[in-house]
Amino acid sequence: MFNFKSYTKAGSIQEAIQLLEQNPAAHLIAGGTDVLVKLHKGKAQFPYLVDIHDIAELNFIDRNDDGDLVIGPLSCFTHVAESPLIRKHIPVLAEAILTIGGPQVRNMATIGGNLCNGVPSADSATPLIALNAVVTIEGQGESRQIPLEDFFLGPGRVALEHHEMMTAITVTRANYEGYYGHFFKYAMRDAMDIATIGCSAVCKVEDEILADMRLAYGVAAPVPIRCRDTENKVRGRKISQQLLDDISGAVKNDVSPRTSWRAAREFRLHIIATLAHRVVKQSILNAGGTIT
Amino acid sequence: MNLNSTVTLTVNGKKKEIRVDVRQSLLEVLREQLGMISVKQGCAVGECGACTVLIDEVPIDACLYLAVWADGRSIRTVEGEIRDDKLSRVQQAFVDEGAVQCGICTPGFVMASTAFVEKQQDRKVSRHDIRRGLAGNLCRCTGYDTIVTAVQKCLEEDT
Repeated sequence: MFNFKSYTKAGSIQEAIQLLEQNPAAHLIAGGTDVLVKLHKGKAQFPYLVDIHDIAELNFIDRNDDGDLVIGPLSCFTHVAESPLIRKHIPVLAEAILTIGGPQVRNMATIGGNLCNGVPSADSATPLIALNAVVTIEGQGESRQIPLEDFFLGPGRVALEHHEMMTAITVTRANYEGYYGHFFKYAMRDAMDIATIGCSAVCKVEDEILADMRLAYGVAAPVPIRCRDTENKVRGRKISQQLLDDISGAVKNDVSPRTSWRAAREFRLHIIATLAHRVVKQSILNAGGTIT
Repeated sequence: MNLNSTVTLTVNGKKKEIRVDVRQSLLEVLREQLGMISVKQGCAVGECGACTVLIDEVPIDACLYLAVWADGRSIRTVEGEIRDDKLSRVQQAFVDEGAVQCGICTPGFVMASTAFVEKQQDRKVSRHDIRRGLAGNLCRCTGYDTIVTAVQKCLEEDT
């Protein structure tokens, strides 16, 4: 039996926000794959649960009239990874999601839960950051949008006030059209494991020039991060082996990994440099570029 | 606060109406109230897959699933897989390939494999795909090879 003191099911976004306002100690539960793990064995980390599991208006994947992709945060990983819209327009997100847990976990865990849990290893975060995703946050009577990159404040901390919830994840057309990506998760096992380092890149290639590149890492800092300095240095350069070497050499200035029982800082830095090379190379190849 | 709730669910084709405590997992309700003891608790944190059941045909770890979420849904466990005294094709393949040793992971593997086999539609499936499809289940005895072969045999029968 899980150890919580109260449980209320919310039928809508507004109801969930009201329930949060009524109880400053309440927590949302969506797919439960993080919350229930923290509640098992009688642990009392979340005594008051507001259940948003069945809110239909948060479970969708759409492409709007402008061609922007909008993902409801209660979409489970399996639905996102199998969505024809996601596979066609932002396959790098599907690629990343399929490395999460195993099938049973992906059938329950939600993409919004993965982001709102705020851990630096969230595998769905790096492809979305590389795609300049924006999240919509709703509170009582108000709604705001912020870049996903700014949503992560620290390990387990995100830019949500107590009475707020994430209601949409948007990737605009301009941010995915013409971009090709790749994701790689370095972990001890091929499934059911937490990333030692996760890496996502999206590239735009024009006439053998790297017209644009966005590179993101998980577990390379206290939050999932973008490599802005590296991106600015290489944008517009001709594609070559030297370019890949330069990217690989530059990323260490964008990251700040730590030593933990999973891996030492030095080892993570090595993986980060190696993955920069490998993941950007594959993204360029996916974009139709050739590496000389 | 009242922590009890009435849940109506279908288990292996039979409709049930039961009172549950909202703090109970589906695993606890299936085992303790409904007698479905094929559903094993291994890790209780969604790592081992021993408690895998199909909820509306989707494989789920019953340990990380609140019993109240099952309201209105249809559940399949190993108890319902034998029909007319005949093992399901997945169960029979596990027997034929010797994919069972100590047996504690077997019900979870059978349900995960059943979902995997039923989901494939004329798609060519490699042993690697099968391993990825069963990545949410752990077995400490078999080394997985016989399990993968059993699933492969089921899929070959289809074509």
